[in-house]
Amino acid sequence: MRVTLRVRRYNPEVARDPWWQDFDLESDPRARVLDLLHQAKWYHDGTLTLRRSCAHAVCGSDTMMINGHNRLACKVLVEDVAPVIVCEPIRGLPVIKDLIVDMEPFFRSLESVKSWLINEEPPPNSERLQSPEERERFDEGTKCILCAACTTSCPIFWANDEYVGPAAIVNAHRFTFDSRDRGAAERLEVLADRTGVFKCRTTFNCTSVCPRDIPVTELIQEMKRAITFGKI
Amino acid sequence: MDTTPTVHRHKFETVVVGAGGAGLYAAMAAAEGGRSVAVLSKLYPTRSHTGAAQGGIGAALANVEEDRWEWHMFDTVKGGDYLVDQDSAEILAREAVETVYELEHFGLPFSRLPDGKIAQRKFGGHTYNFGEGPVHRSCYAADRTGHMILQTLFQQCMKRQVTFFNEFKVLDLIVSHDGRCTGVVALEIASGDFHVFHAKAVFFGTGGFGKMFRITSNAHTLTGDGNAVAYRRGVPMQDMEFYQFHPTGIYTLGILLSEGARAEGGILRNESGERFMERYAPTLLDLAPRDIVSRSMFQELKEGRGCGPKRDYLLLDLTHLPPEVLDERLPDITDFARTYLRVEPKSEPVPIQPTAHYAMGGIPTDNDGRVWKDGHSVIFDGFYAAGECACVSVHGANRLGTNSLVDILVFGRRAGKHMARYVAEADWPELPRGAEDQAVSLVDGILSRQSGERPVDIRETLQDEMNDKCFVVRNEPGLKEMDAKVAQLRSAFANVFIQDRGRLFNTDLVECLELGFMLDCAQTTVVAALARQESRGGHYREDFKERDDTRFLAHSLAFPGESSDSVRIDYKPVRITRFAPKERKY
Ligand SMILES: Cc1cc2nc3c(=O)[nH]c(=O)nc-3n(C[C@H](O)[C@H](O)[C@H](O)COP(=O)(O)OP(=O)(O)OC[C@H]3O[C@@H](n4cnc5c(N)ncnc54)[C@H](O)[C@@H]3O)c2cc1C
Ligand code: SF4
Ligand code: FES
Repeated sequence: MRVTLRVRRYNPEVARDPWWQDFDLESDPRARVLDLLHQAKWYHDGTLTLRRSCAHAVCGSDTMMINGHNRLACKVLVEDVAPVIVCEPIRGLPVIKDLIVDMEPFFRSLESVKSWLINEEPPPNSERLQSPEERERFDEGTKCILCAACTTSCPIFWANDEYVGPAAIVNAHRFTFDSRDRGAAERLEVLADRTGVFKCRTTFNCTSVCPRDIPVTELIQEMKRAITFGKI
Repeated sequence: MDTTPTVHRHKFETVVVGAGGAGLYAAMAAAEGGRSVAVLSKLYPTRSHTGAAQGGIGAALANVEEDRWEWHMFDTVKGGDYLVDQDSAEILAREAVETVYELEHFGLPFSRLPDGKIAQRKFGGHTYNFGEGPVHRSCYAADRTGHMILQTLFQQCMKRQVTFFNEFKVLDLIVSHDGRCTGVVALEIASGDFHVFHAKAVFFGTGGFGKMFRITSNAHTLTGDGNAVAYRRGVPMQDMEFYQFHPTGIYTLGILLSEGARAEGGILRNESGERFMERYAPTLLDLAPRDIVSRSMFQELKEGRGCGPKRDYLLLDLTHLPPEVLDERLPDITDFARTYLRVEPKSEPVPIQPTAHYAMGGIPTDNDGRVWKDGHSVIFDGFYAAGECACVSVHGANRLGTNSLVDILVFGRRAGKHMARYVAEADWPELPRGAEDQAVSLVDGILSRQSGERPVDIRETLQDEMNDKCFVVRNEPGLKEMDAKVAQLRSAFANVFIQDRGRLFNTDLVECLELGFMLDCAQTTVVAALARQESRGGHYREDFKERDDTRFLAHSLAFPGESSDSVRIDYKPVRITRFAPKERKY
């Protein structure tokens, strides 16, 4: 099928302001938008710049706005968004070039909420036991691929880049509700701060864009409750 | 455009290149005792391909039934068609157990058994009592085991405040005047600046190179950079002819449907619905090792029992499994089928075909990850490697499922520990003058060319031809043609021309450099495959169908030849400790 791929371009080496570029392409309807971007880059304009790696929605590299929604270009089929496919960089992080934004602030927010297992008790010689139910309790958060779709679709984050954002909260949730973890208090203290969970206004943007179907808003609410009622 | 590149300089005792499972584990181990470590990765760490691994990690924990590391070792040796170095396989099988426990202590969210222990499932080629029947050995976290490993190691690195240089692409190895490895040169992708890292020890965990094939489960970024960089500095590539083709790649896309699907009861069927593995591997059936299943599929297709108008695919049938097994244990892969093929695996079988998956060969190392400069007897001081870019060799001619995750972690960790000891004692090799020159001129050569060949044409020809002539089944005429083709593509590459001439985030340049690396990997693969006149594991020669232990019970070593475009092949013996080579039957 014929499609128009419309890309928001930006390259400070070439021009101060962004511009739009259209590519008229022939595409297999079942191709991924990523395939289309490759076609444009490889055959038409090598300067077109994007990130990608796995090409099947597990690495989180190619998050971009496609027809107004944050999505992974490798998880969207052309037939679902054709005939005009508009690709823009995700919002709220500085754009470096074309579809590429600076991810450093995003990864720093993960660090700020201590998204790792905290347990200084000496471990046994085998595994620490955990029942399937205890394991199930924090399963949703473990699916996160750190694609930043949620955080960069959040109006609170756009308005205030101090807010740690949904992805960091999802990852803090994943450890807070892990029966092996002992760091809930430290983590909740960070998240109770003015940059933390209470900034969330439950607009559900995060939940609707998450390519891993993680109930992001629900997890944020659980964190709010944990802080308010002081129990996990 | 400003043509003088900016060069920055750094000094770290250890430089780890690659932030997949191998690199992150090595970095953590090397940083023990406060030693300075930098991790360089061309991707953000969590985007490394370890995150795509699905099925599980093998370790004889015996959580479900009796299991022993000796059985795991035996399966590894037999699975590798006896080309495995058995002392290395022993380490793999023994240390798998403590490594999995350590990961669990780091917080890895394994799936659990009702008694709270780590859940385990069956996997291809893993057996009890030296081959009697399948055993539950694969520790898993749904079908996201690699994702969980990568995330867990990354979390631990964040916790330990490891210094990361993300989106830094390593282009060269620095060798001191006394022949020691003393750093790397990297391109900072965002700025286009060069960085010279002076180090006492350098570790490569740069992953595989499946992108040299058209149908592959590998990420776009798996282009063999580390292998080519080492090779260009004279390090031979070991066992390159042994490339693994995984039976169940999604039709035309190559996206992997884990062996976990067959472990949970999935069945392979041909056009008439027949379970054809009954004819090829009566004991292990669909869970026979990958080389055998892929070859059986090739045979089915060749004999016209494939599906579709072109009779070019087979089916993975999951429809008889309880729906909750798909939801709980195989959620991701069933989602792949829905997303990319619009097939509902609960009610329809999934079209699949063999896909290029895993490089058994690579940079030759000893059991501590130290690189063999000459392939077998002289250590390259200060240079270490582990993971898919390396060849220790625990996979021999064919890797068993779940053993790569074991390999990257066990040997990544061992290399890290050895580096910590090594840098504590070694003095600083002098940094040679003009350390960055070679990398700078490689980049400038490409950026300054005004016209020439398009990278896409070279790359697509390479991928198509490799898929055609160097895939599941090979023969001499095909390999000879491929050899000539690679030579032709290499000379086209000498004239390659890219459109983006900027410094800033130039992915046109990055991809072009990667194409150059892939051409090196393809060349050594083809030449080694041509030289090996036998069939063993993943390397199947139509014209030499039998395994030939008298001539070829040996590892191949592909050295850069005298002229810049030739490859010289040599062999070294396999280390055999416990299990004498036998015919391999399942
Ligand atoms: C789809 C799929 C499923 C799999 N499932 C399983 C499984 O269930 N069980 C199992 O045991 N194995 C599995 N494997 C195999 C296994 O996942 C890989 O072999 C393993 O993860 C490789 O790890 P690694 O650390 O060597 O490299 P990778 O994880 O590939 O990491 C490579 C790293 O090197 C970096 N890098 C590369 N080149 C450069 C450069 N020039 N400069 C700087 N950095 C560079 C990259 O940025 C990356 O960080 C699977 C593989 C695939 C593709
Ligand atoms: S929660 Fe979902 S949208 Fe947010 S970073 Fe994780 S995977 Fe992406
Ligand atoms: S390329 Fe990995 S998520 Fe799209």
